[in-house]
Amino acid sequence: MANDDIWILGINMTKFGKHPDKDVVDLASEAALAALADGGVTIKEMGVLAAGNLMGAAAGIGQQLQKQIGQTGIPVFNVANACATGATALRTVIMAIKAGECDMGLAVGVEKLSGAGMLGAGFGVAASDEWTPSGRYGAVSGFEGKLGTDMMPGVFAQVGMEYLHQHPYDGADFELFAGISAKNHFNSTMNPLAAIQKDMSVEQIMAEPMIAYPNTRAMCSANSDGAAAAVVVSGAKLRTLSKEQQKRAVKVSASVLTSDPYQEACQILPDVNTLTRVAAKQAYELAGVGPDDLDLVELHDCFATAELVHYDNLMLCSEGNAVDFFLSGATTRDGKTPVNVSGGLESKGHPIAATGIANIWEICYHLRGEAGPRQIEGAKVGLAHVIGLGSACGVHILEKSGL
Amino acid sequence: MAQQIPMVDYLVLGDSPHLVANECTDCGAKFFDRRNACASCGGTSFKKTDIATDGEIRSFTIVTAFMPGADNYVPVVVDLGGTSVRGQLINAPAEAANIALGQKVRLTTYSIGADTAGTEAINYGFEPVN
Repeated sequence: MANDDIWILGINMTKFGKHPDKDVVDLASEAALAALADGGVTIKEMGVLAAGNLMGAAAGIGQQLQKQIGQTGIPVFNVANACATGATALRTVIMAIKAGECDMGLAVGVEKLSGAGMLGAGFGVAASDEWTPSGRYGAVSGFEGKLGTDMMPGVFAQVGMEYLHQHPYDGADFELFAGISAKNHFNSTMNPLAAIQKDMSVEQIMAEPMIAYPNTRAMCSANSDGAAAAVVVSGAKLRTLSKEQQKRAVKVSASVLTSDPYQEACQILPDVNTLTRVAAKQAYELAGVGPDDLDLVELHDCFATAELVHYDNLMLCSEGNAVDFFLSGATTRDGKTPVNVSGGLESKGHPIAATGIANIWEICYHLRGEAGPRQIEGAKVGLAHVIGLGSACGVHILEKSGL
Repeated sequence: MAQQIPMVDYLVLGDSPHLVANECTDCGAKFFDRRNACASCGGTSFKKTDIATDGEIRSFTIVTAFMPGADNYVPVVVDLGGTSVRGQLINAPAEAANIALGQKVRLTTYSIGADTAGTEAINYGFEPVN
Protein backbone atom coordinates (compact mmCIF):
# COMPACT_ATOMS: atom_id res chain seq x y z
CA MET A 1 0.00 0.00 0.00
CA ALA A 2 1.53 3.23 -1.22
CA ASN A 3 1.70 6.16 1.19
CA ASP A 4 -0.63 8.29 -0.89
CA ASP A 5 -3.26 5.60 -1.47
CA ILE A 6 -6.66 6.21 0.08
CA TRP A 7 -8.53 3.49 1.98
CA ILE A 8 -11.89 2.99 3.61
CA LEU A 9 -11.01 1.75 7.10
CA GLY A 10 -14.48 1.49 8.59
CA ILE A 11 -17.94 1.94 7.19
CA ASN A 12 -21.54 1.50 8.26
CA MET A 13 -25.10 2.15 7.21
CA THR A 14 -28.13 2.11 9.48
CA LYS A 15 -31.23 0.27 8.47
CA PHE A 16 -33.11 2.40 5.96
CA GLY A 17 -36.82 2.87 6.53
CA LYS A 18 -38.93 4.49 9.19
CA HIS A 19 -37.20 5.64 12.35
CA PRO A 20 -39.91 7.62 14.14
CA ASP A 21 -38.05 7.55 17.47
CA LYS A 22 -34.74 8.85 16.13
CA ASP A 23 -33.88 12.30 14.81
CA VAL A 24 -31.13 13.06 12.27
CA VAL A 25 -28.54 13.49 15.02
CA ASP A 26 -29.38 10.07 16.48
CA LEU A 27 -29.16 8.40 13.10
CA ALA A 28 -25.93 10.16 12.13
CA SER A 29 -24.41 9.24 15.51
CA GLU A 30 -25.42 5.61 15.15
CA ALA A 31 -23.75 5.33 11.73
CA ALA A 32 -20.68 7.36 12.73
CA LEU A 33 -19.98 5.40 15.92
CA ALA A 34 -20.51 2.12 14.10
CA ALA A 35 -18.16 3.15 11.29
CA LEU A 36 -15.48 4.12 13.83
CA ALA A 37 -15.93 0.81 15.66
CA ASP A 38 -15.83 -1.05 12.34
CA GLY A 39 -12.47 0.57 11.61
CA GLY A 40 -11.14 -0.05 15.12
CA VAL A 41 -10.57 3.66 15.77
CA THR A 42 -12.20 6.50 17.73
CA ILE A 43 -13.35 10.04 17.05
CA LYS A 44 -10.14 11.28 18.74
CA GLU A 45 -8.10 10.00 15.82
CA MET A 46 -10.15 11.80 13.16
CA GLY A 47 -8.46 14.84 11.61
CA VAL A 48 -11.44 16.05 9.60
CA LEU A 49 -15.21 15.60 9.53
CA ALA A 50 -17.44 16.16 6.48
CA ALA A 51 -21.16 15.72 6.95
CA GLY A 52 -24.34 16.27 5.01
CA ASN A 53 -28.06 16.43 5.72
CA LEU A 54 -29.69 17.96 2.67
CA MET A 55 -33.09 18.82 4.13
CA GLY A 56 -31.46 20.50 7.12
CA ALA A 57 -28.50 21.95 5.28
CA ALA A 58 -28.52 25.20 7.24
CA ALA A 59 -28.43 23.49 10.63
CA GLY A 60 -24.83 22.26 10.56
CA ILE A 61 -25.21 18.51 11.05
CA GLY A 62 -21.43 18.15 11.44
CA GLN A 63 -21.27 20.18 14.63
CA GLN A 64 -24.53 18.66 15.88
CA LEU A 65 -22.95 15.25 15.42
CA GLN A 66 -19.78 16.31 17.27
CA LYS A 67 -21.85 17.37 20.27
CA GLN A 68 -23.33 13.88 20.29
CA ILE A 69 -20.18 11.78 19.79
CA GLY A 70 -17.15 13.97 20.52
CA GLN A 71 -16.18 17.64 20.20
CA THR A 72 -12.52 17.33 19.33
CA GLY A 73 -12.07 20.70 17.65
CA ILE A 74 -11.27 19.32 14.18
CA PRO A 75 -12.35 21.17 11.03
CA VAL A 76 -15.92 20.39 9.99
CA PHE A 77 -17.23 20.74 6.46
CA ASN A 78 -21.02 20.73 6.19
CA VAL A 79 -21.76 19.80 2.60
CA ALA A 80 -24.86 19.91 0.42
CA ASN A 81 -24.90 18.58 -3.14
CA ALA A 82 -28.42 17.27 -3.72
CA CYS A 83 -28.56 13.46 -3.89
CA ALA A 84 -24.76 13.38 -4.22
CA THR A 85 -24.34 14.92 -0.74
CA GLY A 86 -22.97 11.73 0.85
CA ALA A 87 -20.47 11.15 -1.94
CA THR A 88 -19.47 14.80 -1.64
CA ALA A 89 -18.80 14.38 2.09
CA LEU A 90 -16.65 11.35 1.34
CA ARG A 91 -14.87 13.18 -1.48
CA THR A 92 -14.18 16.11 0.87
CA VAL A 93 -12.51 13.87 3.44
CA ILE A 94 -10.50 12.14 0.72
CA MET A 95 -9.32 15.51 -0.61
CA ALA A 96 -8.24 16.62 2.87
CA ILE A 97 -6.20 13.45 3.31
CA LYS A 98 -4.75 13.65 -0.19
CA ALA A 99 -3.77 17.26 0.53
CA GLY A 100 -1.80 16.04 3.53
CA GLU A 101 -3.88 17.98 6.05
CA CYS A 102 -4.51 14.84 8.09
CA ASP A 103 -4.26 11.08 7.78
CA MET A 104 -7.72 10.00 8.91
CA GLY A 105 -11.19 11.47 8.59
CA LEU A 106 -14.89 10.76 8.92
CA ALA A 107 -17.64 11.29 6.31
CA VAL A 108 -21.31 11.11 7.31
CA GLY A 109 -24.60 11.48 5.46
CA VAL A 110 -28.04 11.41 7.09
CA GLU A 111 -31.62 12.14 6.11
CA LYS A 112 -35.14 11.79 7.51
CA LEU A 113 -37.52 11.53 4.62
CA SER A 114 -40.15 8.92 5.35
CA GLY A 115 -43.56 10.28 4.45
CA ALA A 116 -42.07 13.20 2.52
CA GLY A 117 -44.03 12.49 -0.67
CA MET A 118 -42.85 13.50 -4.11
CA LEU A 119 -39.83 15.74 -4.26
CA GLY A 120 -39.47 18.56 -6.71
CA ALA A 121 -40.51 22.11 -7.32
CA GLY A 122 -44.15 21.65 -6.44
CA PHE A 123 -46.95 23.82 -7.70
CA GLY A 124 -45.77 27.13 -6.26
CA VAL A 125 -48.50 29.35 -7.66
CA ALA A 126 -48.41 32.80 -6.13
CA ALA A 127 -51.77 33.83 -4.74
CA SER A 128 -52.54 37.12 -6.39
CA ASP A 129 -55.68 38.73 -7.74
CA GLU A 130 -53.86 39.85 -10.85
CA TRP A 131 -51.43 38.00 -13.11
CA THR A 132 -48.02 39.29 -12.11
CA PRO A 133 -44.88 38.18 -13.93
CA SER A 134 -42.16 37.06 -11.55
CA GLY A 135 -38.92 35.14 -11.47
CA ARG A 136 -36.33 34.56 -14.16
CA TYR A 137 -38.93 33.58 -16.75
CA GLY A 138 -41.41 36.34 -15.97
CA ALA A 139 -43.97 33.64 -15.21
CA VAL A 140 -47.47 34.55 -14.08
CA SER A 141 -48.09 31.07 -12.67
CA GLY A 142 -46.16 28.04 -11.42
CA PHE A 143 -44.76 25.78 -14.17
CA GLU A 144 -46.02 22.48 -12.76
CA GLY A 145 -48.81 21.07 -14.90
CA LYS A 146 -48.59 24.04 -17.27
CA LEU A 147 -45.12 23.77 -18.76
CA GLY A 148 -44.23 20.22 -17.83
CA THR A 149 -43.04 18.90 -14.51
CA ASP A 150 -40.24 19.50 -12.07
CA MET A 151 -41.25 16.63 -9.83
CA MET A 152 -38.67 13.91 -9.77
CA PRO A 153 -40.72 10.92 -11.00
CA GLY A 154 -41.66 12.84 -14.16
CA VAL A 155 -38.23 14.35 -14.69
CA PHE A 156 -36.56 10.95 -14.57
CA ALA A 157 -39.33 9.37 -16.60
CA GLN A 158 -38.40 11.80 -19.37
CA VAL A 159 -34.72 10.95 -18.93
CA GLY A 160 -35.48 7.28 -19.60
CA MET A 161 -37.92 7.92 -22.43
CA GLU A 162 -35.42 10.22 -24.12
CA TYR A 163 -32.95 7.33 -24.19
CA LEU A 164 -35.52 5.23 -26.03
CA HIS A 165 -35.95 8.04 -28.55
CA GLN A 166 -32.22 8.23 -29.15
CA HIS A 167 -31.90 4.44 -29.26
CA PRO A 168 -35.25 3.17 -30.51
CA TYR A 169 -36.62 0.03 -28.90
CA ASP A 170 -39.34 -1.98 -30.62
CA GLY A 171 -40.65 -3.64 -27.48
CA ALA A 172 -42.94 -2.33 -24.75
CA ASP A 173 -41.21 0.49 -22.85
CA PHE A 174 -43.39 0.13 -19.74
CA GLU A 175 -42.52 -3.57 -19.32
CA LEU A 176 -38.86 -2.91 -19.94
CA PHE A 177 -38.59 -0.41 -17.10
CA ALA A 178 -40.77 -2.53 -14.83
CA GLY A 179 -38.34 -5.38 -15.47
CA ILE A 180 -35.45 -3.32 -14.15
CA SER A 181 -37.47 -2.60 -11.05
CA ALA A 182 -38.35 -6.28 -10.60
CA LYS A 183 -34.65 -7.19 -10.63
CA ASN A 184 -33.94 -4.69 -7.86
CA HIS A 185 -36.95 -5.64 -5.74
CA PHE A 186 -35.87 -9.28 -5.95
CA ASN A 187 -32.38 -8.30 -4.79
CA SER A 188 -33.82 -6.47 -1.78
CA THR A 189 -35.19 -9.71 -0.35
CA MET A 190 -31.62 -10.55 0.66
CA ASN A 191 -30.91 -7.16 2.25
CA PRO A 192 -32.26 -6.82 5.80
CA LEU A 193 -31.22 -3.14 5.85
CA ALA A 194 -33.52 -2.30 2.91
CA ALA A 195 -36.60 -0.18 3.61
CA ILE A 196 -38.77 -2.48 1.51
CA GLN A 197 -38.08 -6.19 1.16
CA LYS A 198 -40.68 -7.47 -1.23
CA ASP A 199 -40.17 -9.60 -4.29
CA MET A 200 -42.43 -8.16 -6.99
CA SER A 201 -43.17 -9.50 -10.45
CA VAL A 202 -43.15 -7.30 -13.53
CA GLU A 203 -46.95 -7.59 -13.59
CA GLN A 204 -47.27 -6.53 -9.95
CA ILE A 205 -44.99 -3.57 -10.52
CA MET A 206 -46.99 -2.49 -13.57
CA ALA A 207 -50.21 -2.78 -11.57
CA GLU A 208 -48.97 -0.39 -8.88
CA PRO A 209 -50.34 3.19 -8.96
CA MET A 210 -48.89 5.14 -11.88
CA ILE A 211 -46.91 8.16 -10.68
CA ALA A 212 -45.37 9.45 -13.90
CA TYR A 213 -45.46 7.14 -16.91
CA PRO A 214 -43.70 4.77 -17.12
CA ASN A 215 -42.74 4.98 -13.42
CA THR A 216 -45.24 3.34 -11.09
CA ARG A 217 -44.86 3.68 -7.33
CA ALA A 218 -42.70 0.54 -7.12
CA MET A 219 -40.35 2.06 -9.69
CA CYS A 220 -39.69 5.19 -7.61
CA SER A 221 -37.08 5.39 -4.89
CA ALA A 222 -38.51 4.91 -1.46
CA ASN A 223 -38.39 8.01 0.73
CA SER A 224 -36.89 6.77 3.95
CA ASP A 225 -34.82 7.64 6.99
CA GLY A 226 -31.25 6.52 7.37
CA ALA A 227 -27.60 7.36 7.76
CA ALA A 228 -24.26 6.08 6.55
CA ALA A 229 -20.71 6.91 7.57
CA ALA A 230 -17.19 6.05 6.46
CA VAL A 231 -13.75 6.36 8.05
CA VAL A 232 -11.08 7.19 5.48
CA VAL A 233 -7.37 6.62 6.05
CA SER A 234 -4.15 7.28 4.13
CA GLY A 235 -1.97 4.40 2.99
CA ALA A 236 0.86 5.67 5.18
CA LYS A 237 -1.32 5.60 8.29
CA LEU A 238 -2.94 2.28 7.43
CA ARG A 239 0.50 0.62 7.38
CA THR A 240 0.88 1.49 11.06
CA LEU A 241 -2.40 -0.23 11.96
CA SER A 242 -3.03 -3.92 12.69
CA LYS A 243 -2.95 -6.66 10.07
CA GLU A 244 -6.66 -7.24 10.64
CA GLN A 245 -7.44 -3.57 9.96
CA GLN A 246 -5.28 -3.67 6.84
CA LYS A 247 -6.99 -6.81 5.63
CA ARG A 248 -10.50 -5.41 5.97
CA ALA A 249 -9.60 -1.99 4.56
CA VAL A 250 -10.95 -1.33 1.07
CA LYS A 251 -8.87 0.64 -1.39
CA VAL A 252 -10.40 3.71 -3.01
CA SER A 253 -8.88 3.38 -6.47
CA ALA A 254 -10.80 6.35 -7.82
CA SER A 255 -12.87 9.12 -6.25
CA VAL A 256 -14.39 11.48 -8.79
CA LEU A 257 -16.93 14.27 -8.53
CA THR A 258 -18.22 16.10 -11.61
CA SER A 259 -20.83 18.72 -12.45
CA ASP A 260 -22.64 18.89 -15.75
CA PRO A 261 -20.84 20.42 -18.71
CA TYR A 262 -23.10 22.58 -20.90
CA GLN A 263 -25.32 20.62 -23.26
CA GLU A 264 -27.93 22.08 -25.57
CA ALA A 265 -31.00 20.80 -23.72
CA CYS A 266 -29.75 20.97 -20.14
CA GLN A 267 -31.74 24.12 -19.35
CA ILE A 268 -35.04 22.32 -19.87
CA LEU A 269 -34.34 18.71 -18.81
CA PRO A 270 -31.47 17.92 -16.45
CA ASP A 271 -28.71 16.09 -18.30
CA VAL A 272 -27.71 13.23 -16.02
CA ASN A 273 -25.80 11.52 -18.80
CA THR A 274 -22.84 13.66 -19.76
CA LEU A 275 -21.48 14.24 -16.26
CA THR A 276 -21.86 10.55 -15.40
CA ARG A 277 -19.99 9.50 -18.53
CA VAL A 278 -17.25 12.05 -17.80
CA ALA A 279 -16.97 10.88 -14.18
CA ALA A 280 -16.86 7.21 -15.19
CA LYS A 281 -14.17 7.82 -17.77
CA GLN A 282 -12.04 9.70 -15.25
CA ALA A 283 -12.59 7.01 -12.62
CA TYR A 284 -11.63 4.12 -14.92
CA GLU A 285 -8.46 5.97 -15.93
CA LEU A 286 -7.52 6.80 -12.34
CA ALA A 287 -8.15 3.25 -11.14
CA GLY A 288 -6.57 1.58 -14.14
CA VAL A 289 -9.57 -0.70 -14.51
CA GLY A 290 -12.30 -0.98 -17.12
CA PRO A 291 -16.02 -1.76 -16.94
CA ASP A 292 -15.28 -5.44 -17.66
CA ASP A 293 -13.25 -5.65 -14.44
CA LEU A 294 -16.20 -4.70 -12.24
CA ASP A 295 -17.62 -7.49 -10.08
CA LEU A 296 -20.55 -5.36 -8.94
CA VAL A 297 -22.01 -1.90 -9.42
CA GLU A 298 -24.29 0.18 -7.22
CA LEU A 299 -25.75 2.89 -9.41
CA HIS A 300 -28.26 5.66 -8.80
CA ASP A 301 -31.61 4.06 -9.65
CA CYS A 302 -33.64 6.87 -8.09
CA PHE A 303 -36.25 5.67 -10.62
CA ALA A 304 -36.30 2.57 -12.81
CA THR A 305 -36.00 4.84 -15.84
CA ALA A 306 -32.70 6.18 -14.51
CA GLU A 307 -31.03 2.79 -14.11
CA LEU A 308 -31.27 2.07 -17.83
CA VAL A 309 -29.40 5.19 -18.95
CA HIS A 310 -26.61 4.68 -16.45
CA TYR A 311 -25.74 1.23 -17.87
CA ASP A 312 -24.70 3.23 -20.91
CA ASN A 313 -23.27 6.26 -19.07
CA LEU A 314 -21.04 4.05 -16.90
CA MET A 315 -20.01 2.20 -20.07
CA LEU A 316 -21.13 -1.15 -18.68
CA CYS A 317 -22.47 -1.82 -22.19
CA SER A 318 -21.49 -0.56 -25.61
CA GLU A 319 -22.90 2.85 -26.50
CA GLY A 320 -26.61 2.79 -27.25
CA ASN A 321 -27.08 -0.82 -26.13
CA ALA A 322 -28.44 -0.46 -22.60
CA VAL A 323 -31.72 -2.17 -23.45
CA ASP A 324 -30.11 -5.27 -24.96
CA PHE A 325 -27.60 -5.31 -22.10
CA PHE A 326 -30.40 -5.41 -19.54
CA LEU A 327 -32.49 -7.92 -21.48
CA SER A 328 -29.45 -10.24 -21.71
CA GLY A 329 -29.58 -10.61 -17.92
CA ALA A 330 -26.14 -9.05 -17.53
CA THR A 331 -27.20 -6.94 -14.53
CA THR A 332 -28.82 -9.66 -12.43
CA ARG A 333 -27.01 -11.08 -9.40
CA ASP A 334 -25.74 -13.94 -11.51
CA GLY A 335 -25.00 -11.84 -14.57
CA LYS A 336 -21.81 -10.45 -16.04
CA THR A 337 -22.09 -7.15 -14.16
CA PRO A 338 -24.47 -7.38 -11.17
CA VAL A 339 -26.13 -3.99 -10.65
CA ASN A 340 -27.78 -2.90 -7.41
CA VAL A 341 -27.54 -6.19 -5.55
CA SER A 342 -28.53 -4.15 -2.46
CA GLY A 343 -31.99 -3.71 -3.96
CA GLY A 344 -31.19 -0.24 -5.22
CA LEU A 345 -32.90 2.96 -4.21
CA GLU A 346 -36.26 1.60 -5.38
CA SER A 347 -36.33 -0.88 -2.50
CA LYS A 348 -33.38 -0.17 -0.23
CA GLY A 349 -34.59 3.40 0.09
CA HIS A 350 -33.12 6.81 -0.65
CA PRO A 351 -32.42 8.94 2.45
CA ILE A 352 -30.79 11.54 0.23
CA ALA A 353 -27.54 12.48 1.97
CA ALA A 354 -26.95 8.92 3.19
CA THR A 355 -27.24 7.36 -0.25
CA GLY A 356 -23.80 8.35 -1.55
CA ILE A 357 -22.08 6.56 1.34
CA ALA A 358 -24.51 3.66 1.68
CA ASN A 359 -23.72 2.57 -1.88
CA ILE A 360 -20.00 2.51 -0.96
CA TRP A 361 -20.88 0.44 2.11
CA GLU A 362 -22.59 -2.14 -0.08
CA ILE A 363 -19.52 -2.45 -2.30
CA CYS A 364 -17.20 -2.75 0.73
CA TYR A 365 -19.45 -5.40 2.25
CA HIS A 366 -18.92 -7.61 -0.80
CA LEU A 367 -15.23 -6.82 -1.30
CA ARG A 368 -14.60 -7.80 2.31
CA GLY A 369 -16.46 -11.05 1.74
CA GLU A 370 -18.86 -10.28 4.57
CA ALA A 371 -22.15 -10.04 2.62
CA GLY A 372 -23.56 -13.38 3.75
CA PRO A 373 -26.44 -14.73 1.65
CA ARG A 374 -26.17 -11.95 -0.92
CA GLN A 375 -22.40 -12.13 -1.30
CA ILE A 376 -21.17 -11.77 -4.89
CA GLU A 377 -18.58 -14.55 -4.77
CA GLY A 378 -14.98 -13.52 -5.25
CA ALA A 379 -15.78 -9.81 -5.66
CA LYS A 380 -12.57 -7.81 -6.01
CA VAL A 381 -13.55 -4.56 -7.75
CA GLY A 382 -16.74 -2.53 -7.48
CA LEU A 383 -18.12 0.82 -8.57
CA ALA A 384 -20.53 3.13 -6.73
CA HIS A 385 -22.34 5.90 -8.57
CA VAL A 386 -24.61 8.67 -7.38
CA ILE A 387 -26.30 11.63 -9.08
CA GLY A 388 -27.62 14.78 -7.51
CA LEU A 389 -29.77 16.90 -9.77
CA GLY A 390 -28.45 20.25 -10.68
CA SER A 391 -26.17 18.35 -11.17
CA ALA A 392 -23.41 16.56 -9.29
CA CYS A 393 -22.12 13.06 -9.98
CA GLY A 394 -19.93 10.97 -7.71
CA VAL A 395 -18.17 7.84 -8.93
CA HIS A 396 -15.99 5.73 -6.66
CA ILE A 397 -14.10 2.61 -7.70
CA LEU A 398 -13.18 0.34 -4.81
CA GLU A 399 -10.83 -2.61 -4.62
CA LYS A 400 -10.37 -5.44 -2.17
CA SER A 401 -7.26 -5.36 -0.01
CA GLY A 402 -4.46 -7.50 -1.41
CA LEU A 403 -3.68 -8.89 2.04
CA MET B 1 -60.79 42.34 -26.88
CA ALA B 2 -59.65 41.57 -23.41
CA GLN B 3 -56.09 42.33 -22.35
CA GLN B 4 -53.68 39.37 -22.58
CA ILE B 5 -50.45 38.49 -20.80
CA PRO B 6 -48.13 35.59 -21.68
CA MET B 7 -47.60 32.80 -19.13
CA VAL B 8 -43.85 33.38 -19.46
CA ASP B 9 -41.92 36.29 -20.90
CA TYR B 10 -40.28 34.14 -23.58
CA LEU B 11 -43.68 33.51 -25.19
CA VAL B 12 -44.56 36.16 -27.79
CA LEU B 13 -48.30 36.51 -28.42
CA GLY B 14 -49.98 38.09 -31.43
CA ASP B 15 -50.93 36.74 -34.84
CA SER B 16 -48.18 34.12 -34.90
CA PRO B 17 -47.33 33.13 -31.33
CA HIS B 18 -43.82 31.82 -30.88
CA LEU B 19 -41.01 31.52 -28.35
CA VAL B 20 -38.04 33.84 -28.21
CA ALA B 21 -34.64 33.06 -26.73
CA ASN B 22 -31.51 34.93 -25.72
CA GLU B 23 -28.91 33.70 -28.18
CA CYS B 24 -25.20 33.97 -27.47
CA THR B 25 -23.70 35.93 -30.36
CA ASP B 26 -20.44 34.02 -29.99
CA CYS B 27 -21.52 30.36 -29.99
CA GLY B 28 -25.25 30.42 -30.72
CA ALA B 29 -26.36 28.76 -27.46
CA LYS B 30 -29.93 29.74 -26.62
CA PHE B 31 -31.41 30.46 -23.21
CA PHE B 32 -34.97 31.18 -22.17
CA ASP B 33 -33.93 33.12 -19.09
CA ARG B 34 -31.37 35.90 -18.79
CA ARG B 35 -27.72 34.95 -18.36
CA ASN B 36 -24.83 37.07 -17.23
CA ALA B 37 -22.55 35.08 -19.46
CA CYS B 38 -23.07 32.14 -21.76
CA ALA B 39 -23.07 28.78 -19.95
CA SER B 40 -21.55 27.20 -23.04
CA CYS B 41 -18.72 29.56 -24.00
CA GLY B 42 -18.59 32.39 -21.46
CA GLY B 43 -19.47 35.07 -24.01
CA THR B 44 -21.36 38.08 -22.68
CA SER B 45 -23.20 39.29 -25.76
CA PHE B 46 -26.72 38.08 -26.51
CA LYS B 47 -29.40 38.83 -29.10
CA LYS B 48 -33.09 37.91 -29.23
CA THR B 49 -33.87 35.09 -31.60
CA ASP B 50 -37.20 33.57 -32.64
CA ILE B 51 -37.63 29.83 -32.17
CA ALA B 52 -39.37 27.61 -34.72
CA THR B 53 -42.92 26.58 -33.88
CA ASP B 54 -42.85 23.11 -35.48
CA GLY B 55 -40.90 20.19 -34.13
CA GLU B 56 -40.97 16.69 -32.71
CA ILE B 57 -41.37 15.02 -29.34
CA ARG B 58 -38.03 13.87 -27.99
CA SER B 59 -39.34 12.63 -24.67
CA PHE B 60 -42.50 12.60 -22.62
CA THR B 61 -44.09 11.40 -19.41
CA ILE B 62 -47.66 11.34 -18.17
CA VAL B 63 -47.97 12.73 -14.68
CA THR B 64 -50.80 11.34 -12.62
CA ALA B 65 -52.73 14.16 -10.99
CA PHE B 66 -53.66 13.09 -7.49
CA MET B 67 -55.60 16.24 -6.60
CA PRO B 68 -59.35 15.68 -6.92
CA GLY B 69 -60.75 17.07 -10.16
CA ALA B 70 -57.31 17.60 -11.73
CA ASP B 71 -56.42 15.94 -15.04
CA ASN B 72 -53.31 13.94 -15.80
CA TYR B 73 -50.85 15.95 -17.87
CA VAL B 74 -48.23 15.18 -20.47
CA PRO B 75 -44.89 16.98 -20.06
CA VAL B 76 -42.85 16.80 -23.24
CA VAL B 77 -39.38 17.69 -24.42
CA VAL B 78 -39.78 19.07 -27.93
CA ASP B 79 -37.06 19.72 -30.47
CA LEU B 80 -38.03 22.92 -32.29
CA GLY B 81 -35.60 23.21 -35.17
CA GLY B 82 -32.61 22.29 -33.03
CA THR B 83 -33.67 24.07 -29.85
CA SER B 84 -35.03 21.94 -27.01
CA VAL B 85 -38.12 23.30 -25.31
CA ARG B 86 -40.19 22.11 -22.36
CA GLY B 87 -43.94 22.16 -22.40
CA GLN B 88 -46.97 19.93 -22.47
CA LEU B 89 -48.78 17.96 -25.10
CA ILE B 90 -52.32 19.37 -25.47
CA ASN B 91 -55.36 18.69 -27.64
CA ALA B 92 -54.52 14.97 -27.43
CA PRO B 93 -55.46 12.18 -25.01
CA ALA B 94 -53.09 11.75 -22.05
CA GLU B 95 -52.56 8.07 -22.84
CA ALA B 96 -49.25 6.39 -23.58
CA ALA B 97 -50.76 4.41 -26.44
CA ASN B 98 -51.51 7.67 -28.25
CA ILE B 99 -48.14 9.35 -27.81
CA ALA B 100 -45.13 8.45 -29.91
CA LEU B 101 -41.49 9.44 -29.52
CA GLY B 102 -40.65 11.38 -32.66
CA GLN B 103 -44.27 12.51 -33.07
CA LYS B 104 -44.52 15.80 -35.02
CA VAL B 105 -46.05 18.65 -33.04
CA ARG B 106 -46.58 22.39 -33.34
CA LEU B 107 -46.81 25.20 -30.83
CA THR B 108 -50.24 26.51 -30.02
CA THR B 109 -51.66 28.71 -27.27
CA TYR B 110 -54.58 28.63 -24.86
CA SER B 111 -55.95 30.68 -21.99
CA ILE B 112 -55.26 29.61 -18.43
CA GLY B 113 -57.84 32.06 -17.11
CA ALA B 114 -58.53 35.72 -16.45
CA ASP B 115 -57.61 37.72 -13.37
CA THR B 116 -59.81 40.23 -11.52
CA ALA B 117 -58.88 42.97 -14.01
CA GLY B 118 -60.07 40.77 -16.85
CA THR B 119 -56.58 40.09 -18.18
CA GLU B 120 -56.24 36.65 -19.68
CA ALA B 121 -53.03 34.68 -19.17
CA ILE B 122 -52.01 32.79 -22.30
CA ASN B 123 -49.87 29.67 -22.11
CA TYR B 124 -48.27 27.65 -24.87
CA GLY B 125 -48.49 23.94 -25.48
CA PHE B 126 -47.79 21.49 -28.27
CA GLU B 127 -50.43 19.72 -30.32
CA PRO B 128 -49.96 16.77 -32.66
CA VAL B 129 -49.61 17.44 -36.36
CA ASN B 130 -51.12 14.68 -38.44
